[in-house]
Amino acid sequence: MAKKKHKDLRKRKAITGYLYIAPFIIGFLAFMVLPLIESFRMSFSNVLIGSGSGGFVMEFVGLANIKKAFLVDPEFNRFLTDELSKMVIHVPTTLIVSFFMALLLNQSFKGRGMVRAIFFLPVILSSGVLVGLEFDNSLLAGMQDYIKANTNTASITTVLREILSNSNFGTRFLKVVFEIVDGVYDVVIASGIQIIIFLSGLQTISKSMYEAATIEGCTHWESFWKITLPMVSSVILVNMIYTIIDFFMRTDSEMMDKISSTMIAKMDYGFSSAMAWIYFVAVILIIAVFSAIISKWVYYYE
Amino acid sequence: MNRLLSVKWKEFYSRNKKSGGYLLRKKVCYILYRIIRAILLFGLCFLILQPLMNKISLSFMKERDLYDPTIIVVPRNFTTENYKLVNQLIGFWRAFGNSIGISLLVSVIQVAFCTLVGYGFARFQFPLKRFWFACVVLVIVVPPQTIMSSLYLNFRFFDIFGLITLVTGSTINLQKSIVPYLLLCMTCMGLKSGLYIFLIRQYFRGIPKELEEAAYVDGCGNFNTFIKIMLPDAKPILISCFLFAFVWQWTDAFYSKMFIGNIALISNKLTSISGLLNDYLTSINGTATKASVAYGQMMISTGMIMAIIPLLLLYIIAQKGFVENLSQTGLKM
Repeated sequence: MAKKKHKDLRKRKAITGYLYIAPFIIGFLAFMVLPLIESFRMSFSNVLIGSGSGGFVMEFVGLANIKKAFLVDPEFNRFLTDELSKMVIHVPTTLIVSFFMALLLNQSFKGRGMVRAIFFLPVILSSGVLVGLEFDNSLLAGMQDYIKANTNTASITTVLREILSNSNFGTRFLKVVFEIVDGVYDVVIASGIQIIIFLSGLQTISKSMYEAATIEGCTHWESFWKITLPMVSSVILVNMIYTIIDFFMRTDSEMMDKISSTMIAKMDYGFSSAMAWIYFVAVILIIAVFSAIISKWVYYYE
Repeated sequence: MNRLLSVKWKEFYSRNKKSGGYLLRKKVCYILYRIIRAILLFGLCFLILQPLMNKISLSFMKERDLYDPTIIVVPRNFTTENYKLVNQLIGFWRAFGNSIGISLLVSVIQVAFCTLVGYGFARFQFPLKRFWFACVVLVIVVPPQTIMSSLYLNFRFFDIFGLITLVTGSTINLQKSIVPYLLLCMTCMGLKSGLYIFLIRQYFRGIPKELEEAAYVDGCGNFNTFIKIMLPDAKPILISCFLFAFVWQWTDAFYSKMFIGNIALISNKLTSISGLLNDYLTSINGTATKASVAYGQMMISTGMIMAIIPLLLLYIIAQKGFVENLSQTGLKM
C-alpha cells in the first residue's frame, strides 16, 4: 500500500514536471522541429509563392540548390571557407584570451569592480546591429591611415613586425600571430560571456584545494596546471561550443548576410535554406570535432 | 614615520639575509607582476572603451572637423547639431518608445516562460528528461537562419492544418504583426531563449532541496511553493536574464527585421541612417546628393550613441548585482 502511494507521488511529480516544461515542448515541436523539416525539404525544392489558395508550394528539384551553392554561385564557396578558416583561428584565441582575463579578474586588486564592469560592457555594446555598424566603420580606419601618412611616425609594432617578417624565420607562423594581434579588439569584444562563464567556473574551485597544494610545496605555476586547469576543463568545453555558435551567428558574418538577403530580397527560399543547411552542417561537424578532441581530457570532479 | 620605515626596512633586510636573498627576489617579482598586470588591464580597458569615446567625441563635431588632421579627440567646433539631425531623420522618440515597449514586453514574456521551463528541468524527475534537455541545447545550437525561411513563410501564410482556409477561404498574413513573435517567445523559441532556460535551470539546481521539502511539509502546494519560495530566491538570475533579454532585443536586427519590420524600432532605424541622410540632403539641395563617407559615419556614430545611452544607464544601475550574480550561478555541466 505504502509503496503504491509512493509511486503515485512520483507519477504526479512527473506530470507536474511535464506541465512546467510544456511551453518548451510545444514550441520545440511547432517552431523548431516542423520548420527544420520543412526548411530541409525546401532546400531540395523550388518554393513557389502565391499559387493555389494563397499559400506556397514546393516543387522537388533534387540536389539542384546544393549544386547551385557549390558550383554556380560565385560567392558561396569563398564565404564558407572564409568563415571556417576565420573560426579555426578565432575560437582558440577567444578561449585562451577569455580564460586569461578570467584568471586576472578572479584575483583581488584595487578597482576590480570597475575593471569587471568595463570588461562586460561588450556583452551589451557589441550585440545585434551595433556589431554590424562597427564592422564597416570606414571613417575610423581612414582617419588612422591619414594620421599615419601625415605624421610619419614609426610605431614600435610596425618596426617589430618588419624585423620579424624579414627574418625569414617561421614566416607562416608569424603571419598567424600578426593576424591574431590585429584582431585583438574583435577577440576582446567577443569574449564577454565567455569570461563570465570562466569566472563562475573558477569560483567553484574550493580554496582548500589550493591551500593543501601550497602546504605540500606547490608553486603557483604548478597549482595552475594541476588544479585550476583540470577543474575548469568542463567549462572550457561549454565555452568552446558557445564561442563557435556565437561566431557563426554573429550579425556581421558575410554568410549570414547572404542567406538572409537571398531570402528577403530575392525571395529565393529554396536556395537560401540550402545554404543555411550546408552552413549548419558545417557548424555541427566542427563542434563535433572540437568536442571530441577536448572531451578526451576533460576532468569531472564530483 | 621615517623611523618606522627604516625599522621596517632593517627587519626586512635581516629577514632577507636569513633567507639567502629569496625574500627580496620574491618581493620584486610580486611588485613587477602587479605593475605588469595593471598595465595590461589598463590597456585592455582602454581598448574596449576607446571606440565608445571616439564615437562620443565624433558626435559633437562639425563636418569640417572631420577633415582637419589636427583634431583627433576634442572637437574644435562643438555642436549638438548632429543629435538634432539624427533625431529628425529617424524620428528618434517614436522609435525609442516603440523599442522600449517591445523590448519590455518581449523580455518579460521570455523570462516568465523560460523560468517555468527552467524550474521544471531543475526540480522534477520525469521520463525523457535528458532527451528534452538535449532539445534545449539543440535550440541553442541551431542557428535561427536555418529555420527562418520556413518560419517566415508559415507566418506569412498562417494556417492551422488548413482549418483557417476552410473557414475564411484564404490564409492569414501574420507577418505584419507582432503576434507570431510573441508566440515564439511564449514557447521559448525567441531570441536566445535556450540560453535563458539553461542559465535559470543551472541556478535552480543550486538551491537546496530542503527548502522546497519544508514548504511541502507545511502544506504549500506545488505552484505556491514555486511562486512563494523559489522565485524570490531566484531573483538575481531572473534579473540577469531579464537584462540580457532586454538588451539583446533592443539591439536585435534579425528577428525585428523578420517579424516586426513595419514598426519603427531603434535597431532597424540605425541601419538605415545613411540612406535617410542621403534623402534628406537630396531634399535640401534639390538634386540627388550623397553624403560623404565621413559625414555618414558621423551620423551613424551619433545614432549609435543615442541608441546605446539607455542601455548604458541600465547597465550602470544594474551592473554590480548583474556581474556578481552571473559569476555565482555556478555553471556546472
